[in-house]
Amino acid sequence: MSKRKPAEEYHKTFAFHFFSWLRGEKDPYLGNVEMKPQKEYEPDPELHLRHEKEHDAILDKVYDMKHNRALGLFHRLYQATSILFCLFLMALLLVTISHLPATGAAVKPVNNEVAARYIESGLEETGAVNIVAGMILDYRAFDTLGESHVLFVATITVLIMLRLDKNKKGEPNPLTKDMNPNDRIYEPKNDAILQMVASFLVPIIIIFGIYIILNGHLGPGGGFSGGAVIGAGLILYLNAFGFGKTERFFTEKTYKWICFFSLSFYCLAKSYSFYTGANHLHSIIPKGTPGAILSSGLILPLNIAVGLVVACTMYAFYAMFRKGGF
Amino acid sequence: MTAFQIILMGLLIICAVSVSFSKNLLNSVLIYMSFSLVMSLLWICLESPDLAITEAAVGAGITSVLFFVTLKKIHAINVAEKEEEQKATQRNLPENGGKDE
Repeated sequence: MSKRKPAEEYHKTFAFHFFSWLRGEKDPYLGNVEMKPQKEYEPDPELHLRHEKEHDAILDKVYDMKHNRALGLFHRLYQATSILFCLFLMALLLVTISHLPATGAAVKPVNNEVAARYIESGLEETGAVNIVAGMILDYRAFDTLGESHVLFVATITVLIMLRLDKNKKGEPNPLTKDMNPNDRIYEPKNDAILQMVASFLVPIIIIFGIYIILNGHLGPGGGFSGGAVIGAGLILYLNAFGFGKTERFFTEKTYKWICFFSLSFYCLAKSYSFYTGANHLHSIIPKGTPGAILSSGLILPLNIAVGLVVACTMYAFYAMFRKGGF
Repeated sequence: MTAFQIILMGLLIICAVSVSFSKNLLNSVLIYMSFSLVMSLLWICLESPDLAITEAAVGAGITSVLFFVTLKKIHAINVAEKEEEQKATQRNLPENGGKDE
């Protein structure tokens, strides 16, 4: 243990200066470096005009088609070459396609023992009547986990690019000062037709989406398509009634928590089933009778998790495109 | 392959070519939307209803809506009426500002 230094001595050490700079208490340049406030840039109108004239003169000289023969030749050659290249590429692709085996032919490389296994014992092993759902959420659940994360990362990227933050003091971003407070300004406000149609359609669309998600292991559909349908319904609702109504039930916090819980539930559930599967242990999750709504083990909850992530992501994309936040 | 499928595929090619030849960006997005719709019909013909639902919801629905919002943000819709819009904005600003947020 080292002795604690007295305060005056400590104030001379490097560590004190460094940490006080880190905490933002002290500006090391203040008093040591002479700083002038920068002047705002003022363009000289005369100089600007001269530059523009010179620029135009140079362009006129270079792109003078009548006298610059090399340029004209190049342009014609460029066009001919691009057309020839496109034709060549089209011919190449068409010839390649004509050599491929026909759709569903037995000699195709996709018709191997893996596909046969899926079709023959898929119902028995996963409990899902819909073979596609059994494939993407049981045999290849790892791919679907990656897809959900790709969507999540895409939202984060859009957030980084489009988000207009408030600064630390809570003042709005200077970039938003020139913008209109909302961009519905060009649209008819409270459009009666749109609101009437939306109040009929939005419940139906959202219930259809929920049906697609819950029915994913029994019929066509699943988490991604159902989530996209619900997201489209939410966007329609937002367009008809504005941000004020949707912010009552959907904010940035809701999005964060829904995504967090869905993705981590997916991770944990699939880790469990991979662990039991790899070690030949008996999974405690019952398969149920094929065809019943509560069947096929983990596929139904996983579908719900994926659907929640996708629906929220679609809505979040739209909200960020519209006003740079939720 | 039935005649219906051949007609749909012809429509696909027409849509794909006319997207790139259309001068107006709004028209391009609308044609792209119809491309997705035709594609989702084709998916049903190819016996994959899963993909048809997804194509209709994502391709024809959400992607085009995002395109519309982007076109509006960059003021690519109604270029001719831009000046009138700007006047309308200046008139509307005091009464509408911040009400809908």
